[in-house]
Amino acid sequence: MFAYVIKRLLSGVVVLFLISMSVFLLFWFGPSEPAQTICDNDTQNRCTPARLAVFRENLGFNNPWYEEYGTFMKGVAVGRDIQFGSTTVFECNAPCLGYSYRTKAPVFEEMKTRMPATFSVAIGGGFLYLALGVPIGVAAARRRGTLADKALVSAFLVVSSIPYYLFALLAWLYLTISWEVPLFAQTGYFPITDNPAKWFSGMLLAWCALGAFGCTQYTRYTRGSMVEVLSEDYIRTAKAKGLGANKVVYKHGLRAALVPVVTIFGIDFGSLLAGTIFTERIFDIQGIGLWSLQAVFQRDLPVVAATALFGATVLIISNILVDVIYSVLDPRVRLS
Amino acid sequence: MTNAPLRPGTSKDTERDEPLLVVEDLTVRFPTQDGEVAAVQNLSYSVELGKTLGIVGESGSGKSVSSMAVLGLHDERSAKISGSIRIRGREVVGLPEKDMRKLRGSEVAMIFQDALAALHPFFKVGDQLAEAYQVHHSSASDRDARRKSIEMLDRVGIPQPDQRINDFPHQFSGGMRQRAMIAMGLINDPSLLIADEPTTALDVTVQAQILDLLQELQREFNSAVIIITHDLGVIAEMADDVLVMYAGRCVEYGTAKEILTHPEMPYTWGLLSSVPDVTASTDARLIPIPGTPPSLLNPPTGCAFHPRCTHRDKVAGDLCFTEMPELSEAKGNPAHVKRCHLPDPDAIYQTDVLPEIAPDLVKDNR
Repeated sequence: MFAYVIKRLLSGVVVLFLISMSVFLLFWFGPSEPAQTICDNDTQNRCTPARLAVFRENLGFNNPWYEEYGTFMKGVAVGRDIQFGSTTVFECNAPCLGYSYRTKAPVFEEMKTRMPATFSVAIGGGFLYLALGVPIGVAAARRRGTLADKALVSAFLVVSSIPYYLFALLAWLYLTISWEVPLFAQTGYFPITDNPAKWFSGMLLAWCALGAFGCTQYTRYTRGSMVEVLSEDYIRTAKAKGLGANKVVYKHGLRAALVPVVTIFGIDFGSLLAGTIFTERIFDIQGIGLWSLQAVFQRDLPVVAATALFGATVLIISNILVDVIYSVLDPRVRLS
Repeated sequence: MTNAPLRPGTSKDTERDEPLLVVEDLTVRFPTQDGEVAAVQNLSYSVELGKTLGIVGESGSGKSVSSMAVLGLHDERSAKISGSIRIRGREVVGLPEKDMRKLRGSEVAMIFQDALAALHPFFKVGDQLAEAYQVHHSSASDRDARRKSIEMLDRVGIPQPDQRINDFPHQFSGGMRQRAMIAMGLINDPSLLIADEPTTALDVTVQAQILDLLQELQREFNSAVIIITHDLGVIAEMADDVLVMYAGRCVEYGTAKEILTHPEMPYTWGLLSSVPDVTASTDARLIPIPGTPPSLLNPPTGCAFHPRCTHRDKVAGDLCFTEMPELSEAKGNPAHVKRCHLPDPDAIYQTDVLPEIAPDLVKDNR
């Protein structure tokens, strides 16, 4: 298994390399002029062609793309110096993801300050996906075909047919703005180290919106998987042994039914960690997702590249984790 | 042996000394969207301790459905069960789930075909055995249960049981899996073991080993065994009594010797005709039963077997098409019943059927 994980990590590095190159090239050959952005920013929109040329030269846009890409990758590995304008030189330590064109702050440092917010959203939301979805799914599977099951399945279908951004926005509009529910009074990210209670109440509505929306899918996955498992021969064997219904369903049934659910969850959780744009935007959480959205609007190339790389890294790692967990859950799976 | 077949009404006031398992007038129906499927109808049989009953029939004839009813394994919401099933005189039909659970696995155990699917793929074999033991021995420690599991695996002939106990089912061979399944069935020393096609998924040599093992264990544990199969070879080797089922009903019931030598129902003849025998003369013919088993949603009128019966024109009038034959005693043997309108089926069998399928036997019988 160790060798397998190493192998997967290596192939992950290759994927990251390709992603970094595609992001880089997209911007390099794209229709926008990154130097224009930084020049406008630096001169309060009084960018002269002469100044633009300086920026172009400093940012390396006059060099061939592969040379600049090399510089960028070298920065990731060992760090580099970055020059904005004619005089200012910034020292950027490894892993150097560049300096934001807008804030002139090191991208990696800002990413670190934004990670706790995104991780808070992801962990709470992901927890609710499973904590709500799995028990409801199991309950529905045990009552399959009954009125309660049908009502639940249709209700959840309705919920999951609403676009998520609308769902979250309505939740915020009603609960926080119209009805002023005290519990959801102040949404946003407040560092857990400063005030855990405030952190919790700030995140609560975001978690509930994510959880309530996402759990409908997990209910469906769990229900489907469970219905299938409950008709398996080994469930009949478990009953024939004289085991109680709960033991049959939870020990023998759920154990097997969870395998596909865990697979999907690993990938979903990875996407949550990579940044939840709608959630962060609507509930005013200064996380990675919101940051990447702003960076795209502002043509802040280093930030876009950094968030894309971050997302890819998180997804690759969560995929490897899924495979490892899979082999732990199902002894028939051997990683090699 | 005193196994007069239990037709309704024959076994009253025998609560004390009735056989271990008595099934009377059992009917299992499954309501579906297309109508009600009568999977088992008016089935009656009994099994005594130390004896083996073989239930034979094609797929869908109600063999498994009827024996799953004995364990109460049908979903109450989807199966309607009527009639009576008594284990040691205790009525099982309608027994509360809590009490039923105490019977399952301890008094009555079941082993299933295809042990790979019937054992849980994610749990170690030893843990599955230990679990079966601990359900009914709640005071047993994990160590006791483990010791018992090793002992049972050893008993069914699995080498190095103290090592193999830590294996998962997929690491066992097919024969070993079925042995482990048997060990799990017998771990609580049940008085009745139901084996549902225990050798179907196995190759022939392993089949023979498993059947030998079952017989040996039956002698040792003195349990009653119901063996469900469509293989008359298995019946010939294992069974004391035979129940032939067709379309959810008993069509012939008697001692194995009677059924195998003097079958009186054309369906049983069909089953016998389609069994290959390596030692038989080369003149013997294998004759398949024409057609396919009937739909239980719309069973044929009259005798359910009539559309496939090659002897129906030997019955006067259209009796076979209009009237379901009652179970009636075979000629000269009250312990043998059959469901057929033929006036003298044994004669037809001896003169018409047997010379076709086993010419070398005809001389012996005459």
